[in-house]
Amino acid sequence: MDTVTLLNVLVAGLLTGCVYGLSALGLSVIFGVIRIVNFAHGEILVVGMFMALVLFRWIGLDPLLSIPVVAAVLFAFGYLLQASVIQRVAHLPEHMQFLLLAAIAIAMVSGCLIVFGPDAQNVQLDYALDSFAVGGLIIDKTRAYAAVAAVALAAALLAFFRFSGTGRAIRACADNYLGAQVVGLNVSRLYAFTFGIGSACIGAAGCIILLLVDVHPYLAPGYTLLAFVVVIIGGMGSLFGALLGGILIGVAEALAAEMIQPSLKSAFSFALLILVLLFRPQGLLGKAGR
Amino acid sequence: MTESLLGIRDLDLYYGDAAALEDVAIDVPLGAIVCIVGANGAGKSSLIRTIQGIEKPRRGSIVFKGQDITGWPSHKVTDLGIGQVAEGRQIFAGLSVDENLEVGAFLPRGRAGKAAAKDRVYQMFPKLAERRGQIAGTMSGGEQQMLAIGRCLMGRPELVMFDEPSLGLAPAIVQEVFGIIEKLNAEGITVILVEQNVAVSLTLASSAYVLENGRIVLSGSGRELLHHEGVKQAYLGM
Repeated sequence: MDTVTLLNVLVAGLLTGCVYGLSALGLSVIFGVIRIVNFAHGEILVVGMFMALVLFRWIGLDPLLSIPVVAAVLFAFGYLLQASVIQRVAHLPEHMQFLLLAAIAIAMVSGCLIVFGPDAQNVQLDYALDSFAVGGLIIDKTRAYAAVAAVALAAALLAFFRFSGTGRAIRACADNYLGAQVVGLNVSRLYAFTFGIGSACIGAAGCIILLLVDVHPYLAPGYTLLAFVVVIIGGMGSLFGALLGGILIGVAEALAAEMIQPSLKSAFSFALLILVLLFRPQGLLGKAGR
Repeated sequence: MTESLLGIRDLDLYYGDAAALEDVAIDVPLGAIVCIVGANGAGKSSLIRTIQGIEKPRRGSIVFKGQDITGWPSHKVTDLGIGQVAEGRQIFAGLSVDENLEVGAFLPRGRAGKAAAKDRVYQMFPKLAERRGQIAGTMSGGEQQMLAIGRCLMGRPELVMFDEPSLGLAPAIVQEVFGIIEKLNAEGITVILVEQNVAVSLTLASSAYVLENGRIVLSGSGRELLHHEGVKQAYLGM
């Protein structure tokens, strides 16, 4: 393979990886604060994709422009889910929480099947086949836009946690639960808010992924798994880690697809996962376990 | 008779079937320092957590500033003006000093006077001002205690409950902490003090209660308890 092809593959992988990173951020935020492993992650993402699809078919809205609407609806969904159901199982053992979230996931996939059917569907954008030529590199317009949107949203999310009062209060809850109670933070409301933010983030990633992938309900479990791989590689609970993990997986998949076989690309992400678990089990940017 | 800021009547708290507090009655006059003395596990921290609304009592009433706050959630109680400096400090170790103070002013009550409150805290604790960007968990125990007090003051409380504020601190720092409590009280903040250092806290206290196995067994002025034979034997080692 010549250098130009290699560079093209690397760039495409990097751009896709940014979107994986944004999706994984949604998982990481929820786990990092509430300590709930969101097994309905991929399902929320697929619901986001379908919502963007509907908005495109209905009023011709570009999936990137549908992000505010989809994110707002999924924020409300995540908020209510945490406040009404998940909060009640917070004190139960983890396998009970797993059952609840797995049930929610099954219900969501079944709902999508009833409404949209099992076939793959996509959006036909007028710029779908366009590309930018930078030097010898050829970059798909959709992939470039997707990456820019993903990075911008990830930056906005990180800024929210760093600089806003609510973001700080959420970090405080994650840092010291007892301390948060002592200063009178409304922990259950902040948890609901966090689940909402995480869901909104996943939904936004869904809108963006719709530029690159055809949507059908059975995509969901695969995306849940992918987000887990990304988050474990990057480091559980580390937001920058989720982004880094996403980019690594994007590049690894693109390289594997080009150099070996497209159907083997997942094998390479799992190989990367095994390597990280063997040599740095806390993840690349994660803190060592207590 | 002095005006009562906080009144507790017939308070029972249970963890499952186990009673943590039974029939507790306490009166905290406005501007007082009320000391609560008791052995480990007597229920002192449970009492403070119940007042703040973190634990829900099974029976009894808690009245603050004339309002019945029994069973209120902790964010509403805190927003009404009850602050806590918790045992073990419970600062946000991964956040910076300044961020810890910011979070202390997250509720509407604190947000209203945040800038002035922060100036006051930094003036009171110049060490914290020097280290405002430092990650709180990397500071010494004494500095963390100052931060815990500063964070509590950011919520602009009228009543501050100190839970074992001298625990694990060097003697010089302990002196400083008691000095701060006296100073805050002189500035008009009412204080509930739970302390293992019984001799010092009874000297400061205007009134005091002895808690044993979740029940108040003795009460009186700080001076009275300081000279009480039972207290001397059990808590002062005399």
